Amino acid sequence: MKKLAILSLSASVLALPALAQQQVVNVYNWSDYIAEDTIAKFEAETGIRVVYDVYDSNEVLEARLLAGSSGYDVVVPTSQYLARQIAAGVYQPLNKDLLPNLANMDEELMQAAAAYDPGNEHSVIYMWGTTGIGYNVDAVRERLGEDAPTDSWSMIFDPANAEKLADCGITMLDAPPDIMQTAMAYLGLDPLSQEESDLEQAAALLEQIRPYIRYIHSSQYITDLANGEVCVSIGYSGDVFIAADRAESAGTGVEIDYSVPVEGAMQWFDMMAIPADAPNPEAAHAFINFIMKPEITADITNYVYYANANAASMELVEEEIRNDPAIFPTPEVQAKLFPTITRDARAERTLTRLWTRVRTGQ
Amino acid sequence: MTGARRVTESALGRLGLSGRALVVAVPLVWLLVFFLIPFLVVAKISLSEVTIARPPYLPLLEWDGLRATLNLNFENYAYLWNDPLYGNAYLFSVRVAFVSATLALLIGFPMAYYIARSPEPRRTLLLTAVILPFWTSFLLRVYAWQGFLRSNGVINNTLISLGIIDTPIVMLQTDFAVYIGIVYTYLPFMILPLYANLVKLDDSLLEASADLGGRPVATFFYVTLPLSMPGIIAGFMLVFVPAIGEFVIPELLGGPNTLMIGRVLWNEFFANRDWPVASAVAIAMLVVLVVPIMALRSAQARAEEKR
Repeated sequence: MKKLAILSLSASVLALPALAQQQVVNVYNWSDYIAEDTIAKFEAETGIRVVYDVYDSNEVLEARLLAGSSGYDVVVPTSQYLARQIAAGVYQPLNKDLLPNLANMDEELMQAAAAYDPGNEHSVIYMWGTTGIGYNVDAVRERLGEDAPTDSWSMIFDPANAEKLADCGITMLDAPPDIMQTAMAYLGLDPLSQEESDLEQAAALLEQIRPYIRYIHSSQYITDLANGEVCVSIGYSGDVFIAADRAESAGTGVEIDYSVPVEGAMQWFDMMAIPADAPNPEAAHAFINFIMKPEITADITNYVYYANANAASMELVEEEIRNDPAIFPTPEVQAKLFPTITRDARAERTLTRLWTRVRTGQ
Repeated sequence: MTGARRVTESALGRLGLSGRALVVAVPLVWLLVFFLIPFLVVAKISLSEVTIARPPYLPLLEWDGLRATLNLNFENYAYLWNDPLYGNAYLFSVRVAFVSATLALLIGFPMAYYIARSPEPRRTLLLTAVILPFWTSFLLRVYAWQGFLRSNGVINNTLISLGIIDTPIVMLQTDFAVYIGIVYTYLPFMILPLYANLVKLDDSLLEASADLGGRPVATFFYVTLPLSMPGIIAGFMLVFVPAIGEFVIPELLGGPNTLMIGRVLWNEFFANRDWPVASAVAIAMLVVLVVPIMALRSAQARAEEKR
């Protein structure tokens, strides 16, 4: 009897893939980057089970994708990483017949994203944002006065200001392209320049203010801004809004604001794409199509405070968010935003090497 | 029973295997599968060239039907040699590991000594207390230190409320925090071998020293310390060796200028996505680490010979 049970069990295990009633989609997304009920809604509507996993850096995602057989069906890399991964053959082209909701997308933004993925063949914009300044309103005012230059990179990149802010804590993202390109924009250089001399100048500027920087890290500042541990961060727009929200709900009296400085800031897109070796490409398309529903995208924006590229969702986005120029920049600011570029291995190495010098003084 | 055994033995004998060889084979196969083969794979990647592909390096062996070409690229190693960054990171890592191991020894020795000299029920209790922290995740314990060390953390808040300091002392994101993290995490690895050694210490030797007029301090330096040398070296190695390659602790507690070799490796692999150079760093680290480890091993062997 027992033997029989084991036999039938193993038979059913073997038969599982053939009989699989329930489809699965393995999603690998950024941490804190989806509405609380999005997955439940998708499962209820399609009957496809979601295995949801998160990462907090593009590098970790990329290493997995380059190693191959990651097992994921949908991943959300940032634009410049995506471009290189496409060149490495990591993704499969999207089957647009399975994505009717593409019609909801904002044409202009999709056009901008096509700089990384020609013809939008492999990817759809999930959310987008800028790399700007998150700051503690009171702490900055206390140190730089009422007319503190919160709308300019000089608040951090001018050593005189940085010195005054050092005691309450300045932080930078550990993202070499973002910070180096921003420094070049502040210096009036072309932020897309690949000239070694331009990069050297940016590094020299950063080295000047380096003594006043508390730390260089890409996620720690969210918590630290919120609880007043640090007061000025070069950070991702949405992350700063999360910090502002946390500070408000904690009721500690810390007020966090975000600004896109007048010298310009980096604009980036997080893109949904399907790895070439995804085990469930059909379910992956269903997931991407579901996210592009206006009400679903609006849910996510309302929850994570990142701008979406879904034109049809805009009327469902809370007015407060829709009209916030820090999230959806005004046309004038939008004109000043610059993209990131894909560098060849050599330029990439120069950039990282200079960045290591900034980080460590070596 | 015996018949069956004889049959198996003769069967093994025909294959040229003895029971003893089988026993030795288990760890050998283990080392082969989990150490030697991965090492060779990493060594192979370290000699290839980086490219944008999946996986992101060119194959060593090219085969175009009739002709096989072997492309060995030693540039990655030349690169490590020419940029002082790698040497500096290595030296800094060795320094951090050495200081941490020394601190762990200074703290761990009295603890191990006390435990070894304690009467039985208390001894077991104390030993359990040393091992107990392992029951919670190492990562959580390092995170907990963030809570202690941050500017508005437990330590600073206590000192401020006691009126000892006015402004918080910056402790997190400094080398100081890294030392605390490493010493705290690896302390049991120092205490346990020291304890194992000290517990065997023969009381009659201490009595003999006292009878000959040796005062406690002299007895400690001339009897206890030399006898516990193997334990000291074993404990030192168990802390020193893993601390050199430590990545998590400096990442969570250290500042941006805490440049340990583990971080350099991470940079090469993740930020530059240069797997060949990353592999070269790993191989070079292994080779260079062998030197201090061999020195410690021979010191240990000498200490044991003396006994």
